[in-house]
Amino acid sequence: MSIGHTLLGLLETGPRHGYDLKRAFDEKFGHDRPLHYGQVYSTMSRLLKNGLVEVDGIEAGSGPERKRYAITGAGVTDVERWLTTPEKPEEYLQSTLYTKVVLALLTRRDAAEILDAQRSEHLRSMRIFTDRKRKGDLADQLICDHALFHLEADLRWLELTAARLDTLRKAVTR
Amino acid sequence: MTFSRPGPLLTARDLRKAYGPTNALDGAEFSIQPGEVVAVMGPSGSGKSTLLHCLAGIVPPDSGSITYDARDLAKMSDARRSTLRRSEFGFVFQFGQLVPELTCVENVALPLRLNGSSRKDAERTALGWMERLEVDGLKGKRPGEVSGGQGQRVAVARALVTGPRLLFADEPTGALDSFNGDRVMELLTEAARSTNAAVVLVTHETRVAAYADREVVVRDGKSRDMERAV
Repeated sequence: MSIGHTLLGLLETGPRHGYDLKRAFDEKFGHDRPLHYGQVYSTMSRLLKNGLVEVDGIEAGSGPERKRYAITGAGVTDVERWLTTPEKPEEYLQSTLYTKVVLALLTRRDAAEILDAQRSEHLRSMRIFTDRKRKGDLADQLICDHALFHLEADLRWLELTAARLDTLRKAVTR
Repeated sequence: MTFSRPGPLLTARDLRKAYGPTNALDGAEFSIQPGEVVAVMGPSGSGKSTLLHCLAGIVPPDSGSITYDARDLAKMSDARRSTLRRSEFGFVFQFGQLVPELTCVENVALPLRLNGSSRKDAERTALGWMERLEVDGLKGKRPGEVSGGQGQRVAVARALVTGPRLLFADEPTGALDSFNGDRVMELLTEAARSTNAAVVLVTHETRVAAYADREVVVRDGKSRDMERAV
């Protein structure tokens, strides 16, 4: 995820202090990985330098000064470009699972056992996401569904590979 | 004084069933605790539906034993097995389980009517279950007038209306899209857990299996408990 673009997008809804930006980010996007303050401030420095945000005001308090950031016209254009550019789909061609299966066959280990163990691990993760989805709000449902569909795709591959193991064994040990 | 742990609700040992030269079940084992949701998975033709039919007493195995609540299913008379199926088991299938001539509430009330309840009592209980499955608004409609997802929820309400201790669901979401399938599974597992009913869930979809507590895989007529295997 592009943290810079996400923070810029949040700023487009209105000026905010660094702390508010972090809180808004964590609430909406940082379920499992909250932002560090350092990340917020280094990102804001970069955006300032590139003219995508500006300092809208400074509050003096008992602690350090608090800068309020606002998005600039160039920043809005940048967010617009990022949002409307399709993401390149992942190609998933470098699969550890594939490597493990082939190596198991080459070394005459039980590849079916390896696939079964992986299958159980995937299903265990799916159960955790399903439970979180059931108890969570709409945002939880969306993020968990995204994870569930990817795990499901892996599981379909695991099943297909299990069904093709005999042919694959002949091919790799030829 | 000592208390023993409650035993499994249903246990199957070394089940074998052949259809002609094909061994549909070849030494399958199965066990489920009260209130537990177990997914039975496996490729097409692996024997998972045969396993469900044997466990539910619909099809007798050629050999092996099935014990339900400390009673041997094979030693029961057909009449006793039918009564057991009607009063303690519930069923949800993929297709065609609702009676098209009856309204939705009449469909849900049907098992209670067959067990001798008055129409008024049966329909009142049925409506309660339809509310839990969020289909009470369809009470006067016939199955042909409701969507696939709504029809499955009506079928789940009907399966649960007698308060079964064991629910058999064979590909309950097989004909539904992801959104409706998820909703049916959420409501089905929630309703089953609230009444401590155990669920045997046959599915080929991992998304559906993820609603279960545990998974049993059937391959070539043999079953394998994946949680205990790893």
